[in-house]
Amino acid sequence: MARREVITKDSETRSNLRVELVRSEAPSELLRELVAHLRQNRTQLREEWVVRISETRLLTAMTKEEIFAEATSVYDSYVEALETEAFEALQAYARNLSERIIPRGVETHEVVGIVLLLRDVLARSLFAKYQTDFKKLNRILDAYEPAANRIANTVAVGFVQERERVIRQQQEAIRELSTPVLQVRERLLILPIIGVIDPQRARQLTEQLLRGIRTNRAKVVVIDITGVAAMDVTVANHLVQTVEASRLLGATVIVTGLSPEIAQTLVTIGVDLGKMNTVGDLQGGIEQAEKLLGYKVVTLAESR
Amino acid sequence: MRAAETRVSINSDQDIVTARQKGRALAIELGFSTGDATLIATSISELARNIVSYARRGEITLKIVRASNREGVSIIASDSGPGIRDIRQAMTDGFSTSGSLGLGLPGVRRLMDEFEIASEPGRGTVVTVKKWKQ
Amino acid sequence: MEVPILKQGEVLIATFQAALSDADLEHLRRGLVQQVVKLRSRGVIVDVTAMDVMDSFASRTLREIAHMIRLRGAETVIVGIQPEVAFAMVQLGLTLEGVATALDLEEGLAYLIQKFKNVE
Repeated sequence: MARREVITKDSETRSNLRVELVRSEAPSELLRELVAHLRQNRTQLREEWVVRISETRLLTAMTKEEIFAEATSVYDSYVEALETEAFEALQAYARNLSERIIPRGVETHEVVGIVLLLRDVLARSLFAKYQTDFKKLNRILDAYEPAANRIANTVAVGFVQERERVIRQQQEAIRELSTPVLQVRERLLILPIIGVIDPQRARQLTEQLLRGIRTNRAKVVVIDITGVAAMDVTVANHLVQTVEASRLLGATVIVTGLSPEIAQTLVTIGVDLGKMNTVGDLQGGIEQAEKLLGYKVVTLAESR
Repeated sequence: MRAAETRVSINSDQDIVTARQKGRALAIELGFSTGDATLIATSISELARNIVSYARRGEITLKIVRASNREGVSIIASDSGPGIRDIRQAMTDGFSTSGSLGLGLPGVRRLMDEFEIASEPGRGTVVTVKKWKQ
Repeated sequence: MEVPILKQGEVLIATFQAALSDADLEHLRRGLVQQVVKLRSRGVIVDVTAMDVMDSFASRTLREIAHMIRLRGAETVIVGIQPEVAFAMVQLGLTLEGVATALDLEEGLAYLIQKFKNVE
C-alpha cells in the first residue's frame, strides 16, 4: 500500500486546486484482490447467479444441467477476463459459446441479460464484503465497473457477430438454391439468370457454374439472360469472365436472351459480340448446343 | 495462437512459391473459402513476382487484420527497387488483353478488396492489399 | 523438380505439380519441346490439375509451350484447370487465348484424336 498524493482540479469553470492525501492501493492490486474474492466465492456466487437466471426466466430453451455447465464456463471466463484484461480471448470465447447456443434458440436479449445479471451478482457481493469500508468499496468498484462493462459489451458483440455470420450463411444458401445450374442433357448445362444481379451474386453464379461444369463434365453451357432487366458494366464484365473461365474448363458458352440494351453495355465495355456465342432465345440456344454436342435429330424413317 | 505477422524474404523465384503457399495456408486457417484462398495466393504470386522481376529483392508481409465486425488478411509487398515512374499508367492495363504483362497490378486490384500503392522512382515500392472474409 | 512426361502413342502427357517455381517451368518448357521433336509426337497434353495457383508467368509459359510445340507440327491442350484457379485467372486477365483447353485427361485425349482425324 503506497502513499500517494492526489491533486485534483475542478475542470472548466473554476480551477480549484484540492490536495487530497489518500492511502490507496495501485489499481492492479485492487483488481487482484477483487479477482481473488470472486474465485474464493465461486461456488456460491455462481449458484446465486443461476438462481437469478431462472427467476428472470432467461435461457428457457436450455435444461438446468446445460445452464449450469455454461454458467460455469462463463463465470470462469468472466473472472479471467477481469484478471488478464484479455478481451480478445473473451470475444473468441463468446463467439464460440454463441455458436453452441444459437442453434438452441437463445436470443440476444437473453445473452445480454445473463451477463448483466452476473455483473450485478458480483457487484452485490462486493457491496457485502466492503460494506464497512465505504472508501475502499468505491475504489474496488472503480476497478470493477469499467472492466465489467467492457465484458458485457464484449460478450454481447461476440454473440451478435456470430448471429450475423449465421444469417449470412443462410442467405448464401438461399441464394444458391434460387439460382440452380440445371443439367438438361448429358454434357449440357443451362444457367437461367433471373432478376437483378449484383456483383456479389454474379460472382457466386460464376463459381457455381464453374463447379457445375466440373462436376457434370459439361461441354456446353447455355446462359440465359432473358430474365435480366439491366446489367451494369461490372456485371457485364462478370459475364465475359464467366465465358472465359468456362472455356478454361473446356466448355463452350452460348448466351441467349440478350436484349439490345445489354448488347449495348457489352459493346461499351469492349466485348466483341462477334466472338461471343449468342443466340436469340433459350430454345434456339439449346438447339445450337445440341448441334455442338453432336446430337442429331433423326426422324423415325432414318432411325433403325 | 497465431503469429501477428509472417514475413517472407523475396530473393528468387522459389520465394514466390513460398510466399503464396504461406498466404494460402493463412487464408485457410482464417476460414476463407478455397476460392478466396486461391485469389489471395494468386495475388501474392503476382506481387512477389513483380519484386523479383523489377527490384530483385524485397519482402512480403502477411498479417491478420480486424475491423469492426470482420476479419481479413493483409499483404504488404515492399521493395527498394527502381520504383514506378507512372503509377496511373501501371494501373490501367486494358481489361481484356489476355496475358498482357506489365505489372499485373490492375488484376491484383480486381482480386482483392482493398488496394494501395506507394512508389518513388529510385526509392522503391510498397503495395498493400487486403481481403476480407465474407 | 522433375515433372513426369508419359508417352501414350503419338501423345505426350506432362503432369505439372503444385509448387513449380519459374525455373522449373522454364526447364519443363524446354524439356517438353525436346521430347516432342525426339519422339515425333503429334500432340501434347499438359495436365495442370495439381496447380493451385496459375499466375501470369505460368500462363505465359503455357502459351509459349503451345506456340513452340505448334511450330514443330504438334498440338497442345491444357487440361485440369481447377474452377477456382480459372476464376482467379480471368480476373487477372489471363485467358490463355489461342491455346486449346479441355476439362481433363479424357477430354484432352478426345480433343486431340478429333484434331488428328480432321488433319488427315
